[in-house]
Amino acid sequence: MNNLKEKIASATEEAIHTAEVRLPDDFLRAMNAAIEKETNPVAKAEYRNILDNIGQAEERDIPICQDTGMHIFYVTIPEGFEEREIIREGILEGLLRANSGVPLRPNAVDPITRKNSGDNTGAGFPAVHIKKGEKFTITAMPKGGGSENSSRLAMMLPSEVKNIKKFVAETMLLAGGKPCPPVVLGIGIGSTFDGVASLAKEALLMPVDDMDEYEQELCDAVNELGIGPMGLGGDITAIAVKVKTEHCHTASLPVAVNVQCWVCRRATVEVNL
Amino acid sequence: MTEDKQAVRLKAPLGEEVLKLKAGDHVLLSGTIYTARDEAHLEMMKDGIPFDPKGAVIYHCGPVIQDNKIIAAGPTTSARMNNICSFLPEEGVKAFIGKGGMSDEVSEALRDKGVYLAFTGGCAALAASRMELKGVYFEELGMAEAIWIIDVKDLPLTVAMDAHRGNLYSDVRGLAEEKFREIC
Repeated sequence: MNNLKEKIASATEEAIHTAEVRLPDDFLRAMNAAIEKETNPVAKAEYRNILDNIGQAEERDIPICQDTGMHIFYVTIPEGFEEREIIREGILEGLLRANSGVPLRPNAVDPITRKNSGDNTGAGFPAVHIKKGEKFTITAMPKGGGSENSSRLAMMLPSEVKNIKKFVAETMLLAGGKPCPPVVLGIGIGSTFDGVASLAKEALLMPVDDMDEYEQELCDAVNELGIGPMGLGGDITAIAVKVKTEHCHTASLPVAVNVQCWVCRRATVEVNL
Repeated sequence: MTEDKQAVRLKAPLGEEVLKLKAGDHVLLSGTIYTARDEAHLEMMKDGIPFDPKGAVIYHCGPVIQDNKIIAAGPTTSARMNNICSFLPEEGVKAFIGKGGMSDEVSEALRDKGVYLAFTGGCAALAASRMELKGVYFEELGMAEAIWIIDVKDLPLTVAMDAHRGNLYSDVRGLAEEKFREIC
């Protein structure tokens, strides 16, 4: 195998492994800060399990959750690097190795026949998003099915900017314990019908241990609901809300909420060219 | 965080002590339990229950098993079994373990017979660390859908639906709906 493809494959395998076994530091900081504030005894018992589980996964070097997710990669490449096809080939090779190495559960099925491909690949997967950046990096973001199912998209009216908060809170009200809260919510606002869902997912790539005023306002509204971990009640339903915006048509206000369970997985590995 | 001193210790197979539990109680469960998902329930309805159902605990879980060891065993969504599990309390099953809760119909089937115990979603590694594989029924259904016989030690659970129609999920949902009307 050529040297560059091998480097990409091994960086991909490492990124998947790290993401599956260990949660990102910014998420752990944000979650620990949230747990400190929890007053509900049932929720405290849930948090004991979550912390114990995180420790066991790392100690035993096994996935945090048995739903090891669908496989999405965000790649940054430096100016002048044009070999995009080799990136896709290298990532596919890295994912195939991770299937047995991590190990991963085969989750990719045909949407109509429901036939499982057996190796987490298929039409559209692994999903690879490439952007220009300073360094060559590969970020793995394996996404679980339960939380993805609670995600929502709305084409709101331009006069409804104030109703975004209601839409976000309503998304969690409808979801209840199903997406395994405490969640992180990635919110996309603006762009187009197709673009806003991408924005919402990209918002989940941002560090979650600081929120701006608007993100905090949305997070507080969700936490007011008292849904708590696993829908059993508690002060914290959302660890963080992250918002990403882009300009949109003057007639439109696209809004998307991508729900992420407490297994908030992402890991970045640099590829040395 | 320190271990919950208030936890009730239970040993499966269970007896009438489960009827005293209240929604919100914390439980440490030890003893023998059986996994079962959709396919296993359909098989049991057709061919009967392969284990002694008296006092039995059924765990809604499709574990990852490798070399006869449990690698990961988090709970699956119990609501999928809402329409295919009500015969089990009749046969003596005393508890379901899962995540997300079950329907009003199941709550009624558990009245004066058994409880629903919530295990934290995603906690596959924690579960595996407290489990030992003992055997299997219906192995032909595949790894996720087979009935695995498992010995557990101190599995930390919350009583989410008790034997007297107490239900944490519906309490929390009701309060959340009220709050939603207030803030929006």
